[in-house]
Amino acid sequence: MTGISVIHYVLLSAALFSVGLFGALVKRNAISVLICIELMLNAVNINLVAFNRYVTPETFVGQLFSIFVITVAAAEVGVGLAIIIAIFRNRLSVNLDDFNWLKW
Amino acid sequence: MNFPVLTICLLAPLIAALILIFLPRDEERLHKAVAAAGTFTSLAISLYVYFSYNRELGGLQFVERIPWINDLGVSYFMGVDGLSLPMLLLTNLIGFSAVFASWNVKKRTKEFFVLLMVLVAGVMGTFIAQDLFIFLLFYEVVVIPIYIMVIVWGSSKRVTKEYAGMKLTIYLLIGSAFLLASVIATFVKSVQITGVPDMSFHGLGQVPFPEQFQIYMFLLMLIGFGSLLSMWPLHSWSPDGYAGAPTAVSMIHAGVLKKIGGYGLIRLAVYVMPAGAAYWAPFIAVLGIAGCAYAAMSALAQKDLKYLVGYSSVSHMGYVLLGVAALNSVGINGAVANMFAHGVMAALFFSMIGFIYEKTHTRWIPDLGGLARQVPRLAVGFMMAAMASLGLPGLISFIPEFTIFVGSFERFGLLAVVAIAGIIITALYVLRAGANTLFGPPRQEYDDLKDIKGPEMVPLVVLGAVLVVGGLLPSLLFDVINSGVEPIMAHIADYLPTAVQIGGGY
Amino acid sequence: MIEFAMHHAWLVPLLPAVAFVIIVFLTRPWPRLSSAVSIAFMLASFVTAALAAYGVFTDPHFKHHPLIYTVRWFGMQGLNIDVGIYLDPSSAMMIFMVSLVALLVQIYSTGYMKGDPGYSVFFSYLSLFAASMLGMVLSSNLLQMFVFWELVGLCSYLLIGFYSFKISAREAAKKAFITTRVADFGLLLGILAVQIIFGTLNFDELTQMAPNFENYTTAGMMTLIAVLLFIGPVGKSGQFPLHVWLPDAMEGPTPVSALIHAATMVVAGVYLVGRNMFLFAEVESALYLVAVTGAFTAFFAATIAVTQREIKRILAYSTVSQLGYMMLALGVGSLTASFFHLWTHAFFKALMFLAAGSVLHALHHKADVWEMGGLIKKMPITGWTFVIGGLAIAGIPPFAGFWSKDEILLAAYQSGHYFLFLLASITAFLTAFYMWRMIFLAFFGEEKPENHPHESPANMTVPLVVLAVLAAVGGLIGTPSTPLWQQWIYYGHPHHIEPNVIIMLSSIALAAAGIGLAYLLYVRDKEKTNAKDLARRFQPVYKLLYNKYYIDEMYQWFTRVVVDGSARITYLFDIYVVDGIVNGSAAITKGLGSVMRYFQTGKVQTYALVFYMAVLVITVVLAFTDASSSVLVMGGAE
Repeated sequence: MTGISVIHYVLLSAALFSVGLFGALVKRNAISVLICIELMLNAVNINLVAFNRYVTPETFVGQLFSIFVITVAAAEVGVGLAIIIAIFRNRLSVNLDDFNWLKW
Repeated sequence: MNFPVLTICLLAPLIAALILIFLPRDEERLHKAVAAAGTFTSLAISLYVYFSYNRELGGLQFVERIPWINDLGVSYFMGVDGLSLPMLLLTNLIGFSAVFASWNVKKRTKEFFVLLMVLVAGVMGTFIAQDLFIFLLFYEVVVIPIYIMVIVWGSSKRVTKEYAGMKLTIYLLIGSAFLLASVIATFVKSVQITGVPDMSFHGLGQVPFPEQFQIYMFLLMLIGFGSLLSMWPLHSWSPDGYAGAPTAVSMIHAGVLKKIGGYGLIRLAVYVMPAGAAYWAPFIAVLGIAGCAYAAMSALAQKDLKYLVGYSSVSHMGYVLLGVAALNSVGINGAVANMFAHGVMAALFFSMIGFIYEKTHTRWIPDLGGLARQVPRLAVGFMMAAMASLGLPGLISFIPEFTIFVGSFERFGLLAVVAIAGIIITALYVLRAGANTLFGPPRQEYDDLKDIKGPEMVPLVVLGAVLVVGGLLPSLLFDVINSGVEPIMAHIADYLPTAVQIGGGY
Repeated sequence: MIEFAMHHAWLVPLLPAVAFVIIVFLTRPWPRLSSAVSIAFMLASFVTAALAAYGVFTDPHFKHHPLIYTVRWFGMQGLNIDVGIYLDPSSAMMIFMVSLVALLVQIYSTGYMKGDPGYSVFFSYLSLFAASMLGMVLSSNLLQMFVFWELVGLCSYLLIGFYSFKISAREAAKKAFITTRVADFGLLLGILAVQIIFGTLNFDELTQMAPNFENYTTAGMMTLIAVLLFIGPVGKSGQFPLHVWLPDAMEGPTPVSALIHAATMVVAGVYLVGRNMFLFAEVESALYLVAVTGAFTAFFAATIAVTQREIKRILAYSTVSQLGYMMLALGVGSLTASFFHLWTHAFFKALMFLAAGSVLHALHHKADVWEMGGLIKKMPITGWTFVIGGLAIAGIPPFAGFWSKDEILLAAYQSGHYFLFLLASITAFLTAFYMWRMIFLAFFGEEKPENHPHESPANMTVPLVVLAVLAAVGGLIGTPSTPLWQQWIYYGHPHHIEPNVIIMLSSIALAAAGIGLAYLLYVRDKEKTNAKDLARRFQPVYKLLYNKYYIDEMYQWFTRVVVDGSARITYLFDIYVVDGIVNGSAAITKGLGSVMRYFQTGKVQTYALVFYMAVLVITVVLAFTDASSSVLVMGGAE
């Protein structure tokens, strides 16, 4: 266990976040974007738990917070999928390029 | 505390509005009846208040004060003095008449009268509130119904009603933004100086603000109130707005809403910032005079009756500004009285033009003519308003104008002469409009017009009676106003030297 | 009874006002009842006025101590205005004259206006006018006077425009109102200046203050005040250059012309100057201005009258001319002569107008004197009363006009303004000429077969006869042998002017010459070839006179081009500049919005990218600048 320090977790988290961010920004499929957002959230979760373990091991703030994040993420996925389904019914598409109704 | 007379007066139209909301939408007669009842209650109460106000005693009477937000020093503070009483009465006179001037509204009567009631209550609130916060609250309340009423029930002529409504609303909101900024600054400064939060006019008046601060704040307030009073060159919303608005809104807007500007200028700006007032007075006078002459000249070029009266009201507000700028008892008395007089006159004018428009479907002067034969009563009302507008002695507006002239002539001398010369131009455009609309050979297409009758007569009777009574017995008006102006003048005299001293120390 | 009338002199104006209210609100649907109400109240008013006047003229105390009672009208700190009654010999004379003429005109109108759809309204206006005029005369301060002054102007406006469906009447009414309004602007300024300088407008207080005006203001300011105050009368009394409305005012029904535009309202200006004589008397130059204006107007209007064709227009210009006489008299300092002429003029001019009305009534409103002729045979009462009026205005003794005109000429002569005296004398000759030109053309000579005149009914002729008697004997109270008038109505102290026989004889000679010339040209010369020849030979002058020196055209040009033009420019400035700035700022806001909106692509991912970049930038910036943040970001400084 000695080889693994907080820096490894941070690196893993950063890699995961970057993958997620990249996907969220470039993927055209709405569901993929949703999945990528999940990746980013989980990268944050890893960060939270890791820092909790190494910086303030006597409290559980990080763990608690990550549980919150997981809960919210679940809800968010639920709502997000519902929206995507609703849009799909309307537009027969889940391609984000078609979702530009907010444009001026 | 006594019986809350003023609150009831304020609530009567709101209750009417509430009842209206629950009425079925096609009971048009009922809507009108409820609206009339609501405004009549207010009118009756305000008449009672006006005549039972103790003039010898002066000061605030019929006071109601309930603390509301203690940290900000805000309280529900209602009361009337010589300044607010005429305005309160004016609001209700015009509110009541406006209901009858809208007797022939066919479209969405329910919503129309609900909004009208809210409007009347809002205007009334600004005049009886003795707390700056409450004053501002009502001030903002009135803008919204006006916007809706203009764009839904308005008429499009030179400009579309949407444009007119938007211009009116945005103009007034921008004006109130200036006002709001100055109010917040004033309040914060007052807390810094005294340590006690107090939003009442009286409380703020006791604070010795530094002179420089007063000068800046007064300018902000002047822009705020000035744009509401259609002070030149912030007047351009006024003709367009009135032309676009339905009759009742034009009546209330030109009749009383505009007067909130003048009222606020005296009640807040002059009273709380006397040093600022002294500093800016010549500037206000110049703007007032420019407004008089300029708007009168513009009115002369108008062919649309509503534009004509719109410009004429800008011109008359110039006199009010001139009276305020004189900063002496006579001038301010005249300014307040002229607001009352102009309110009655403009409301009558707009209601008569409204009827003409309703019956002939035009307000374009060259298309009209000879109506005196076909609709004599309408012609009488029109001519009464016209004569009052040109300041005919014996009608209500002469004495106030004379008083303003005395006050301002004393202070500004030759400058005031320009404004006084405005009466000639006024006579010219008013008589021309009257002659080309009412006299001359009758036109065939108007042969079967029906003269105003029944409920339509109410504006003419009510406002016409006030025009004549106020003209013959000006003391009815001036005794009340003077009891309100005198304390303000005393206050200015008390605070002006100290304020100037403080300013000198900086 | 007399005591009661004097102490209730406010009833004199109030009674007709009550009649006005009654007619407007109650009896309007019943014309005969309306006229009965009007006449009854007018009669009551006349009786009160007569009693009050009797009271004044029997007690010499009132010569110097006018009966004044006032009540507070309104007031505030720095401005207190009363209303009240000011009864002295001048105002007593005026209320008597005004109420008498008003009563006669109302009686006459029952015949003249018979069958008119606006019969009741007409009587209500007449009542309102009488009330305002009487109120003006009895005013105890300048503001009250101004109020009634404007109200008589309103009545004049309403009555000139009585046939408002006629464009000419409508325009004439408007013109009258606006012209007098221009003048009232000056008057109002004068009143304001008086209020500000003296702090009061009450005549009794001002009378005390005026002689010591140096304590209040400078002589220059005093002159300015007097001149400003005089501008009002210039308009109201039809003095040059604001006389233009008066001839046009003849568009009103003839009784109105008689009452308002001959006997009463137009002399309001003279009365106002007379009432404020204490101010004018202090400043020589203002007084001189009054005199010059008066004399010039008298002459100027007389020259126009010589060429006019319409019967009422001739009378109108003669009114302007006679008003000029009155102003001249005031200007040379003789209130006595001015008011005396005012008094006699009221009777003979009202008479002539009413007689002219009778003629028009008979001829169905054919107004050109050249189309009349020989009317005296068919209309003897009208004709002979008119002749009496003509003798009176021409200044033939013993008719009323002779005594008063002689008084004016004498006053002008003795004041040393010989040029003005000369002008007034020439005017006297012209007056006799144009008046008799009209009389000869209309009443004598050959009858025109196309006219079918008939004498008017009794309710029209009785007032004519009454006025004719007054026009004949009304001046006998002021002759050199019976100088009653001179003992009662004066400014300062009664200055009895020694009668000057030469002036008297010369004025008779001028009048006779005028009449004689008219006789030669228009009666002896049946074909009127000489008259036509003269007109042809002096074609340019004739045209100039006939077109009233083109003053109307000049004013029209001024209104149309200068006033309307600048109004138009102001309005365009308003729409394009003032409103342009408003709309411009709205447009700028909108423009900014239309640029900014391109940042809103609608693609969520773009937003997210921007968002991410922004976070990155903020982090980096904070890391390098802010010490406390760099601890967090860079992993601490330990």
